[in-house]
Amino acid sequence: MSLVRFLNVAKEYPRGGVALSHASFQLHKGEFAFLTGPSGSGKSTILKLIYMEERPTAGDVLVSGVSARDASRREVSMVRRHLGIVFQDFRLLEDRTAEQNVAFALEVTGIPTDMIRPRVARVLTQVGLASKGTAYPRELSGGEQQRVAIARSLVNDPYVLIADEPTGNLDDRATRGVFQLLRDINTAGTAVIMATHDLDLIRRTEYRSIELNHGRLVYDSAETPPPPKEPSAVAPSHHDENPI
Amino acid sequence: MMALREAFSAFRRAPLLSALGVVTIAFSLFAFGLFGLVAINIRDALQSIENRVEIRAFIADGTPVEASSAAMGDIHAFPEVLSVTYVSQDDALIRARKELGEFSDVFEPGVLPASLDIKLKPGYRDPTTVLAVANRVKSYDFVDDVRYGEDWVAKLYRLRTIATLVGTGLGLAFAAVAVIIIGATIRIMVMARAREISIMRLVGATNGFIRLPFVLEGFIQGVMGGLLALGLTWATSSAISHSFMRTAFFDPTLATLGVIGGALIGLLGSTFAVGRQLRRL
Ligand SMILES: Nc1ncnc2c1ncn2[C@@H]1O[C@H](COP(=O)(O)OP(=O)(O)O)[C@@H](O)[C@H]1O
Ligand SMILES: [Mg+2]
Repeated sequence: MSLVRFLNVAKEYPRGGVALSHASFQLHKGEFAFLTGPSGSGKSTILKLIYMEERPTAGDVLVSGVSARDASRREVSMVRRHLGIVFQDFRLLEDRTAEQNVAFALEVTGIPTDMIRPRVARVLTQVGLASKGTAYPRELSGGEQQRVAIARSLVNDPYVLIADEPTGNLDDRATRGVFQLLRDINTAGTAVIMATHDLDLIRRTEYRSIELNHGRLVYDSAETPPPPKEPSAVAPSHHDENPI
Repeated sequence: MMALREAFSAFRRAPLLSALGVVTIAFSLFAFGLFGLVAINIRDALQSIENRVEIRAFIADGTPVEASSAAMGDIHAFPEVLSVTYVSQDDALIRARKELGEFSDVFEPGVLPASLDIKLKPGYRDPTTVLAVANRVKSYDFVDDVRYGEDWVAKLYRLRTIATLVGTGLGLAFAAVAVIIIGATIRIMVMARAREISIMRLVGATNGFIRLPFVLEGFIQGVMGGLLALGLTWATSSAISHSFMRTAFFDPTLATLGVIGGALIGLLGSTFAVGRQLRRL
């Protein structure tokens, strides 16, 4: 069963030209997929299309059966309740503790108050921050803040976790920790789609990787047999941010 | 529940801005209230004057009693007329002496004419009706002259109309200003919370849910503004009562309506602004 389905999708921003064209792929239940490509190649655009922040200019995006072409605002809200979304810049509320940041995602869905505490405690434990629930974001390291964000994305039991360069602001050690956490989450059954520049991470695993260049899908390891790792994985577009 | 907490947290996070919203609503309603006070006090004055509105038809000397009493019957049959009283020359003298007190000696018997004092039914005491009845009474041959306080009744009526118009006009203008200021307040609040709102959207909050705290905040500001305006108006009214003249204040229904008016202004301003601002985010 496919959770996310791109059907010949094109996206053109009103001011900014074509960001994506002829994109077709599916994300299956329990899958882990990397989205790679140089900056400006359309990674964030694909993720925004999944959580329906943007709508396709042509083609269609189906997320758990809901079509982005004609989803109402309310339907978009409902779709998002089953998605977990994580960003490079964490997007935590500075005036709330870790617990409150996580609880926030439950409060806005109108869940009964007495159900909130146990669920918050559960996900904070899951991300290894059980003891830091009362800390404010400024009292946490970058890695810890990203864990809070991940806990928030998990608290609604999403079937897909969408991560847009989640390790982009983290040092090596924190990167490894957060990545391991995402792997664990995936092992537990949640599909993960993660945009990243970090080829090192991609190489360390056997996960699917989808590569973009100038708004086109230029490579998908699910369709082409895995290439010999050394030469061809370093596609021409990988020269910029992450020298290996 | 959460929305209410959020709505109040706005007062904590942006106390000056929220206070500005409350004060503007209060001022607009205060202006409304002052003109309202003028209007109801004139209305009360008019009512007590109207209760005393009387047409006095002076009877020519030497008119036979039969003629005037026949006329009394006619006049009493007018649909507008409540009562007709015959005041003889002697009665007129007694009344004048009582009203004038120490100057009562200036009148000698026979100087004051006899009259028919005509009271009109409630609802027929406005200037037009009074004039119409007075003219009908004047057509009797034996009636020398008719008096009915024509000028100042008409003037009070005009004053009331002006006060009502000015009050309504200014009140509406101030209410519009309040709506604009609340709109600006909400806009800044939405901007200040843009990050929070974007996260709310991300985790699947519906638009209605996101709007609710802002709309509630406007409502609360409106109610507070309404209460403040009520307090200000009451203080003004009682200050005038103490130092100047007794004034009437709004009855509880009108006062409640004023506060509801404030709440409506708050709701209107915030609903309007929140819709526009959220679309812009
Ligand atoms: N809101 C926007 N308005 C106009 N152009 C945009 C907008 N968002 C992205 N773009 C453009 O679309 C292209 C793809 O951007 P993006 O998906 O953010 O790339 P990536 O995440 O791979 O760096 C870029 O050329 C970018 O400038
Ligand atoms: Mg990006």
